Amino acid sequence: MTEKTTMQALARMVPPGSRVLDLGCGDGAMLSYLQRERGCSGYGIEIDDANVLACVQRGVDVIQLNLDEGLAMFGDASFDVVLQIDTLQHLRNAEVMLRETARVGRTGVVAFPNFAHWPNRLSVLRGRMPVTRRLPYQWYDTPNIRVGTYKDFEVLALKNHLRVIDAFGLQDGRAVRWCPNALAGTAVFHFEHA
Amino acid sequence: MSFIATPQTMHFPEVLPLQSGASLRDYHLAFETYGTLNADASNAVLVCHALNASHHVAGVYAGQDKSEGWWDNMIGPGKPVDTDKFFVIGVNNLGSCFGSTGPMHLHPDTGEVYGADFPVVTVEDWVNAQARLLDRLGIVQLAAVLGGSLGGMQALSWTLQYPERVRHAVVVASAPNLTAENIAFNEVARRAIVTDPDFHGGHFYRHGVIPKRGLRIARMIGHITYLSDDVMNEKFGRQLREGLDLKYSTQDIEFQIESYLRYQGDKFSEYFDANTYLLITRALDYFDPARGHGGDLTQALARATAKFLLISFTTDWRFSPRRSREIVKALLDNRRRVSYAEIDAPHGHDAFLLDDARYMSVMRYYFDSIAKELA
Repeated sequence: MTEKTTMQALARMVPPGSRVLDLGCGDGAMLSYLQRERGCSGYGIEIDDANVLACVQRGVDVIQLNLDEGLAMFGDASFDVVLQIDTLQHLRNAEVMLRETARVGRTGVVAFPNFAHWPNRLSVLRGRMPVTRRLPYQWYDTPNIRVGTYKDFEVLALKNHLRVIDAFGLQDGRAVRWCPNALAGTAVFHFEHA
Repeated sequence: MSFIATPQTMHFPEVLPLQSGASLRDYHLAFETYGTLNADASNAVLVCHALNASHHVAGVYAGQDKSEGWWDNMIGPGKPVDTDKFFVIGVNNLGSCFGSTGPMHLHPDTGEVYGADFPVVTVEDWVNAQARLLDRLGIVQLAAVLGGSLGGMQALSWTLQYPERVRHAVVVASAPNLTAENIAFNEVARRAIVTDPDFHGGHFYRHGVIPKRGLRIARMIGHITYLSDDVMNEKFGRQLREGLDLKYSTQDIEFQIESYLRYQGDKFSEYFDANTYLLITRALDYFDPARGHGGDLTQALARATAKFLLISFTTDWRFSPRRSREIVKALLDNRRRVSYAEIDAPHGHDAFLLDDARYMSVMRYYFDSIAKELA
C-alpha cells in the first residue's frame, strides 16, 4: 500500500512537523515521504531484516522489534501520530496493539484491508475465500491472520474508548465516504484516546 | 590479501588526569590510520577496541600475509566502512599490551616497570586519551565513532564526554553497563590470574615469569561466554578428541571442546599480559554512565547529540539484545535519532567480529549514508 496516491491520502492526517511512529513501517517509504514532504520526524518499527536494511539505506530511523512484544520502549503520548498502515492484520494481539497505539500517540491512524468490500463478499457468497489485488493470498498461506471489516473496527474502537476523528475507505488511492464498508478495499481510521 | 597497514606511535609528555584521581604522564599511544583525511577533516572514523584487540584494526603488516587486523572484514577499501571514503583511526588503549603505555612499561618517576602499580584506567580515561590523539591529528569532529562490546562502551562514552565532537555513534553488541553475572565472569577470570603463584602480586616481570596458568583459565572462561550453546554444539558436540572409545581418565583431554579451550588458552597466554587482563576487565566492570544520575540511563544520555546505530545479536548472552534495547530506549526518551538492528545470528557475542550478510549490509548502508553527508 505504498502507492503514491494512497500515501498522500494517509499523509493528510499527519500534521506538518509531527513526531511520527510508524508501526510496521516496511521499507520506510511512508516515513521518508513524511520527512521529505511534511517536515516530520520519527521512527519506524519493523521486524523484517530486508525492510530494516531498506530503511537504513533511505535514511529512515528504524527500530527492529517484534510488535507482538508490545511497545514498552515508548512512553505515553510520546508521539504526535502513530501509524499502523497494513500492520494490524498481521498482529496476534491486534487489540493490545491498538490500545498501545492510543497510549503512545496523541492520535493514531490505522489502515487495513476491508474484508467487507463487495468483491470479497461476492467471493464468499460463491463459497470461496477472496483472492484479490488487495488480498492476493490463498486462505492457507495468508499472512493476514486478522480479517476484519470497516464496521468491525468501529465496534472495536468503541470498546476501547477511542474517539474516531475521521474514518473513510480508500479505493484506488481515492477516499470513499459513501458506504465505505461495501465500496472500499481499505478501511482507514483516524482516532485519539477518548 | 588486504592492504598494508603501518603502526605509528604518538608521545604525550603532558599529564593525563584519570577518573580515579591518579594520573599518567609521559605516555605513548600506538595507533594506525587508513584512508585519507579530507581537506576539512570531516571524514574521520574512530574505531575503539574491545578486551583483547588493538590499534591494528585492518590491513596486514608488510611481509606478514596472515596479520590481518581484527576487523579487517569490516574496514578497508570497498568494505562496509570504506577507507576510500573515510579516514579510519584505530588506537590501542592505555593499559593494554600491544604498544600503548601499559603495565609492562617503565614508570617515569621510578624507572621501574609499572606492573601492579599501573593506575586503574576507565572507559572515560581511554576516551580522554583518544581525544588528545585526535587533537594532535587535527580532527575536531568525528564523522563516526564505532566499536563492539567494550569498544561500543567507548563509542557511547564519546557521545557523553565530547557530544560536540561526534556526529554518529555506532555501538555493536554492547551494553550500558555490565550485569552482575557479567562482572562475576570477569571476577572468576581475575581470580584465576591473581592466584597463579607466578603472578607475584602483579610484579611477575621482576621474577622473570608469566602467570600463564591464570591467563589460560581466564581465556577459557571468556571464550565460553563469547560463544553460544548452539554454535559450540555444532562445532564440537560431544566429539571425542581421539578414537571412539572413552579413556576413563579424569585429567586427560577427552572431548574436542576441552582440546579447543586449552589451545585457545595456551595461545592467549603467550601474548597477553596478566595485568592488562585485570585492568581491562575492571574498566568493563566500572563502566556505568547512569551511575552519576541515580541509575537513570535516560538522564545520563541526555547529553548525547550524535545520531546512533545500535546492533545486537540474538544469541549473544554476554551482551544481550535486551541491554542494547536499554540504550535505544534511553535515546528514544531523549528524542535522539537512533536506528537499531537485532541480527538473528547463531554465533553469540563473537558474531560482532564475523561475517553475517545482514550485519555487514546494515553497516555498509549506514556508513554509505554518513559518506553522503560528507559530499
